[in-house]
Amino acid sequence: MIEIKDVYFTFPSGVEALKGVSLSIRDGEFVAIMGQNGAGKTTLVKHFNGLLKPTKGEVTVDGVNTRKTSVAKLARNVGFVFQNPDHQLFCESVEEEIAFGLRNFGFDENLTKKRVDWALNLLELMQYRQSSPFLLSGGERKRVALASVLAWDPKTVVLDEPTIGQDHQQKEKLRQFIIQLNSQGKTVVVVTHDVEFVAESNPRVVLMTGGKIVADGVAETILTNEALVTTASIVPPQITQIFLRLTDLGLPTNVIDVYQARNVLHKYLEDRHK
Amino acid sequence: MSIFSGFQFRRVSTPIHNLDPRIKFIFVIAIFAVAIMFIELPVLLLLFFLQIPIVLLAKVQREWIRSMRGAAFLAAIIFATNFVFSYIYGGYRFTPSLLESAIALTFRFVVLVESFSVFFLTTSPDHLGLALEQSRVPYEFCFAFTTAVRFVPVLAEEAQTIMDAQKARGLELEKGNFMKRIRNYIPILIPLIVSAIRRSLELAEAMESRAWGAIKKRTNLYELKMRRGDYILLILTMVLLVVAVYIRLYVPIPSITSLLKL
Repeated sequence: MIEIKDVYFTFPSGVEALKGVSLSIRDGEFVAIMGQNGAGKTTLVKHFNGLLKPTKGEVTVDGVNTRKTSVAKLARNVGFVFQNPDHQLFCESVEEEIAFGLRNFGFDENLTKKRVDWALNLLELMQYRQSSPFLLSGGERKRVALASVLAWDPKTVVLDEPTIGQDHQQKEKLRQFIIQLNSQGKTVVVVTHDVEFVAESNPRVVLMTGGKIVADGVAETILTNEALVTTASIVPPQITQIFLRLTDLGLPTNVIDVYQARNVLHKYLEDRHK
Repeated sequence: MSIFSGFQFRRVSTPIHNLDPRIKFIFVIAIFAVAIMFIELPVLLLLFFLQIPIVLLAKVQREWIRSMRGAAFLAAIIFATNFVFSYIYGGYRFTPSLLESAIALTFRFVVLVESFSVFFLTTSPDHLGLALEQSRVPYEFCFAFTTAVRFVPVLAEEAQTIMDAQKARGLELEKGNFMKRIRNYIPILIPLIVSAIRRSLELAEAMESRAWGAIKKRTNLYELKMRRGDYILLILTMVLLVVAVYIRLYVPIPSITSLLKL
């Protein structure tokens, strides 16, 4: 349970990145935090594991105030995968890279080995276990970064822009993977401005703009509200855009993915034939 | 990373910002030279306070304080080593003059950081490049230099991100003994160096695809011109140097301990 109460955050440079944000994320939820560049998305999620402490207001993770504990303690429960894997890879082999976090958290050698194997399997990295992370492709590096966090099995996983620089197939795999993690009971928080990605996963959406939360609800209602998403410089999914322009046919507008669209259109055509 | 932001240029217009960078650089070198010439605390303190009006005039107090704070750690090390070793070599006897000379050496360092900080805080990288070019330094070197200066804040920001990323993986920088603490920085330095190298290769490719160096003779849109303020600063600098050399050669400087009759 992550609880954020009226949080303000100002950077040392004087930029006010969060202006009174309140949000609570229950265990096992799947949340997408959306908004344009500079809306405060990353700043907000950096409060979840104490990397940033609120200037004003309070953040509690499982009842613990983030001001009163260390990042290392919070990180054990809140895993954070950064946008750019190159910001964290430094070991000689993929294996070592994954073991790094485990050793920091004091796992013994035996358990570390087991967890590394588990994570390598999970992200299909077994054949690269001895390779240098620097020689892998962009997508593979991203998977190593993800594996290195999932290895210690944090209760919550925060992913910052996981879809950037991934081809369509990788993205789809990643989406399936995230949904699988979530269905196994992990709390998943994704920071993204990839609407199609969000539309297809249908999580709870938190929409931010100018350091404030402007909407919070299911993807289906938020992403199909054109006026609302435009204020956050987001365009509705392409499928939704079609339906928003077909209102004269009496079709519903709260359609966000292909599967749903197919059903709606199928029913419409069937009704017309009758 | 606060020491970096203490050198980061911000575009504003003040009498100090508008000075000719060449003259400003001569001034910094003069301060540097004078600080090296003297080991007496009163002179070094004078040099330290001499620069404060410049800081105020350039309205960079906040950044300046940050750079001073960044330098504090190294200054403390300089103070401690000087004090401890002169204490040991002095036969384990404490005298106030021992303390004074350690403080003086620390202030010598602080004065150097201060002058360079003021220079970089008030001189845009573009002006710096222009100054080098018009001093007939080959363009390749000027470009390399200005690029390096320009990338310092970028690297500082990146270092912060990397630090966050590793902290999120349970790295505790302040944990362990001295050697362990140094080793704690490996997970930060390697990604930083790797990404700096990647960035430089990308930059080189981008520049070459935009025909960098295609024409040997370049012209500049702006020319640096000396104005009244520049001449005044130049004269003041010369006076400072001459007076400093004169004092060094002919005037004995009392130490603060002797003034206080300790």
